[in-house]
Amino acid sequence: MEFFFDLTVNGLLVGLMYALVAVGFVLIYKATSVINFAQGDLVMFAAYGAAVMLGLGWMPLWAVIPVLATGMVALGFVLERGILRPLIGQPVISVIMVTIGLAFVLQGLAAILWKAGTRELPLPVRVEPYVVGGVFISPINVVAAVTAILSLVAFGLFFTRSRFGIAMRAVADDQQASMTVGINVRRVFALSWAIAGIAAAAGGLIWGNMLGVDTFLALVGLKVFPVVILGGLDSILGAIVGGLIVGLVESIAAGYLDPYVGGGTKDFVPYVLMILVLFVRPHGFFGREIIERV
Amino acid sequence: MSAVSAAPDRTDTRAGTARALLSVNNIEVIYDHVILVLKGVSLKVPEGGIVALLGANGAGKSTTLKAISGLLRTERGDVTKGAIEFRGEPIHRRNPNEVVRHGIVQVMEGRHVFEHLTVEENLLTGAYTQGGARTKPDLEMVYGYFPRLKDRRGFRAGYVSGGEQQMLAIGRALMAHPRLMLLDEPSMGLAPMLVQEIFEIVARLNREENVAVLLAEQNATMALRFAQHGYVMENGRIVLDGDATTIADNEDIKEFYLGLTGVGQRKSYRDVKHYKRRKRWLS
Repeated sequence: MEFFFDLTVNGLLVGLMYALVAVGFVLIYKATSVINFAQGDLVMFAAYGAAVMLGLGWMPLWAVIPVLATGMVALGFVLERGILRPLIGQPVISVIMVTIGLAFVLQGLAAILWKAGTRELPLPVRVEPYVVGGVFISPINVVAAVTAILSLVAFGLFFTRSRFGIAMRAVADDQQASMTVGINVRRVFALSWAIAGIAAAAGGLIWGNMLGVDTFLALVGLKVFPVVILGGLDSILGAIVGGLIVGLVESIAAGYLDPYVGGGTKDFVPYVLMILVLFVRPHGFFGREIIERV
Repeated sequence: MSAVSAAPDRTDTRAGTARALLSVNNIEVIYDHVILVLKGVSLKVPEGGIVALLGANGAGKSTTLKAISGLLRTERGDVTKGAIEFRGEPIHRRNPNEVVRHGIVQVMEGRHVFEHLTVEENLLTGAYTQGGARTKPDLEMVYGYFPRLKDRRGFRAGYVSGGEQQMLAIGRALMAHPRLMLLDEPSMGLAPMLVQEIFEIVARLNREENVAVLLAEQNATMALRFAQHGYVMENGRIVLDGDATTIADNEDIKEFYLGLTGVGQRKSYRDVKHYKRRKRWLS
C-alpha cells in the first residue's frame, strides 16, 4: 500500500509539471487555433538559456529568471511575427508542418549555439527527498508543483478577469466578430505566443533541473499530446486534469507493469489512454464542444 | 430590374443637408482583385439619423457595411475607388479595430456573438476599446435597454435564444460608445414580435444615446417605419434614394420589396411565389 501511495503522490507531482508545459500549448491553440508542435522545443530552448546564463555565473538565479522570461517573450513575438503571421489564412496542415519544422530548427540551433553535451541547471533546491508517511517526495517536485499551480491559477484569472484575457477567448471564438468590437486580432496572436514563451520558461527551468539540459529535453513536448487530448485542446483546466491523469497513470503503470515487461511502460501507456479517450470524448474532458443550434 | 428607374442621386438630399456624420462617396469594391461587387455606391448618414439600406439578397448591402467598418479587407475585398469619410476624416484605409475607435461599430449579420463566453463577458468584449474605465455603468446602461440580458448574464451566449443573441450583439456594440451603428439584418430569423421589440429599442438608442444607425434590411416595411431616409440597392448600385415615406409610397418598391400590389393589398402567396421564380430565372 505504501508503494501505491508513493506512486500516486509522485505521479501527481510529475503530472503538474506536464500541465505546466501543456498550458503553453493550450494558450496558443486557444487563441490562434495553431497546433504548436514546437512547444517542447521552446521548453528546451528556455532550459538552455537558463543553464547557459547560470553557467556563466554573471547573475544569480533571481536575476536570471526575469531575463529568461523576457527573452522567451521576445522569442515568442519573433516567431509569431516572422513565421506564423505570414501563414494566417493558410490551410491548417501548412501551419502544422511549419511548427514541426520550427521544432527541428530550434533543436539544431540549440546544438549549434551551445554544443550538444548535457548541461546542468542547478536550482537552490534540496536534493535529499522528504519522507512523509513513508512516501519519498523529491523537493524539486514540490517546487515544480507549486510553480505549476501558481501559474495555472494566474492563467485562469487572466482569462476570466482581465480585459486582454477575455479578448483572447473572444478571438478564439470568432475572429471577425472580435474585430467588430475593436480587438486587434494580430496583437492578441502575438500576445498568446509571448505568454506561451513565459510558460516555456517556467517549464524549462524545472524540467531542465530534473533531467539535465540537452536537446532530448524537447521530448517532454511529446507528453503534451496525451495531456491536452485528455483534457481538451483549449482548456486550461483540462491541461491540469490531463496532466494529473497522465502523470498518475504512467507512474502506476510503470510501478506495477515494468517488473513484468522489463521497463518502458510509462512511455506508451499515456498514448493508449489517449486513444481510449478519443473513442468516447473526442473533445477531451473539458474541451470546447461545438455549440449547435437547431 | 429596370422597373426601378430613379437614377442614383448624388446631389444633396434631405439627409445630406444635415451635417453628414458618414459620407460614402462613389466607392467601388473589388473582391480578390477581380470580382467587382460595388459599382459606385454613395450614401450619407446624418448625425443622429436612422438610414435604411434596402435591397434583395446579394445586392451589396453587407458589402457596403463591411467597406465602412473595414471588415472587407479581412475577406480579401478592397475599396478601389471613391472615399468613405466619417466626421470629415477618411476611414476606408483603416483596419476594423481603428474604425471602432473612431466611433463606428458593426453588428454583423447572423449576430456573431461569442458563443463560448457568457452573456456578460460578451458585453465586456464590447468595452475593449474603452480601456475599462467606465465598464460598470456601461453594463448597467446596456442592461437598462435589454433587461432580458441581465437575467441571462451568466449563461453562455451560444445557449440563449436567437432574439437574445441579437440583443446581445447590439448591446455589445453599444459598450463601445459608437456614434454610428451599422446594423446588418437584425431581423434575420426572428419572430415578428421580437423584430418589433428590437427595432423599438434601436429607435430608443438612437434618440437617447444619440447613436446614428445605418440599417441594412430585407424587411423593408419594418426598416422604413423606423428610418428617416432610405436607399435601395440592386446589383451593387444604389438605384433609388429618398425620404422613408417617399420610398414606402413608391409603387415599384411596394411591388418588389414590400410584396404589395398597387392597391396596397398584400399579394396572394401564389403570385409572390410566381414572381420570385420568374426573378430567379431572368436575372
